[in-house]
Amino acid sequence: MKTMTKCWIGLGVLVILSPLGLILPDQFKAGSAWGEWSADEFQKMIGYVPQGLSRLGELWKAPMPDYAFKGWEEKGMTHLSVAYIVSAVLGVALIVGITWLLGRLLAKKGD
Amino acid sequence: MHIPDGYLGPPTSGALYAVMLPLWIAASRIVKKTLRTKQVPLLAIGAAFSFVVMMFNVPIPGGSTGHAVGGVLVAILLGPWAAMIAITVALSIQALLFGDGGITALGANCFNMAVVLPVVGYGVYRLIGHGAPRGSKRRVIAAGIAGYVGIVAASLFAGVEFGLQPFFHHTAEGQALYCPYGIKISVTAMVGEHLLIFGWVEAVVTALVVKYLQKHEPELLGQEERA
Repeated sequence: MKTMTKCWIGLGVLVILSPLGLILPDQFKAGSAWGEWSADEFQKMIGYVPQGLSRLGELWKAPMPDYAFKGWEEKGMTHLSVAYIVSAVLGVALIVGITWLLGRLLAKKGD
Repeated sequence: MHIPDGYLGPPTSGALYAVMLPLWIAASRIVKKTLRTKQVPLLAIGAAFSFVVMMFNVPIPGGSTGHAVGGVLVAILLGPWAAMIAITVALSIQALLFGDGGITALGANCFNMAVVLPVVGYGVYRLIGHGAPRGSKRRVIAAGIAGYVGIVAASLFAGVEFGLQPFFHHTAEGQALYCPYGIKISVTAMVGEHLLIFGWVEAVVTALVVKYLQKHEPELLGQEERA
């Protein structure tokens, strides 16, 4: 098998396994990453939400926040896992496309 | 380690964008000279690999989560400048599409994960692996240590960036405007959890892939160095 084919297959396997990154933290009751808390978490931790933080935090509304579909937050792990894989596929497709384009623009011609 | 919008004050976010601008330009110039057309697919796979690896959140039971970046591996295979570009693309998509890391903080996140991590990791790999054959055990160990040191170094910078905020920005009553935790807490938390857990994940990912490539795809690990 060609080297690049193997790399693509490896990437595909990682995409399919990616929901582990969602399920394991849930199983082990792990919360947010350090420094990635929500407003509610701030309220609990320090008793207030820093003003500048809540203002700047509103700046950008990502179309698929937290690698999920909007409105699916309350659905179960199965739904979230599906959304996670869809996010991974979408992200990989975009990133491969953009990097490929950048690479082609930059790379030396000929070899 | 993805700093969201609002955790860093505008001066810090702005300064790190300002630092990134010349680095992005330099990376493009250097990659233009060194990247061959047939390496383009590997660059694209490297960027996508880093993106997916970052989705594997590893829990600290009952505590926080974190993840590897995969960026030291990209640096070992394509060099730190190409890794800078690949990881920048991954971080940009994460911020724009998935809200993972802020838009204003993108400069900071790129500095930590797309510059410090691959540059330090690559340096360590070269330092320890220097002179060893590309199929040698020393290269595998070098890759593991490079992954560990690279991500811990990145977490140190992130910790310092977080930790400077309460010092720079607070209300007259003493409430923080942005990240509320000072340098001692931020650096201890960020570096501590990467030393204990996430550094090992990056180390294992980097070393295992290098070991696999040695056996099956040695040409990806570059030309044999001449003594």
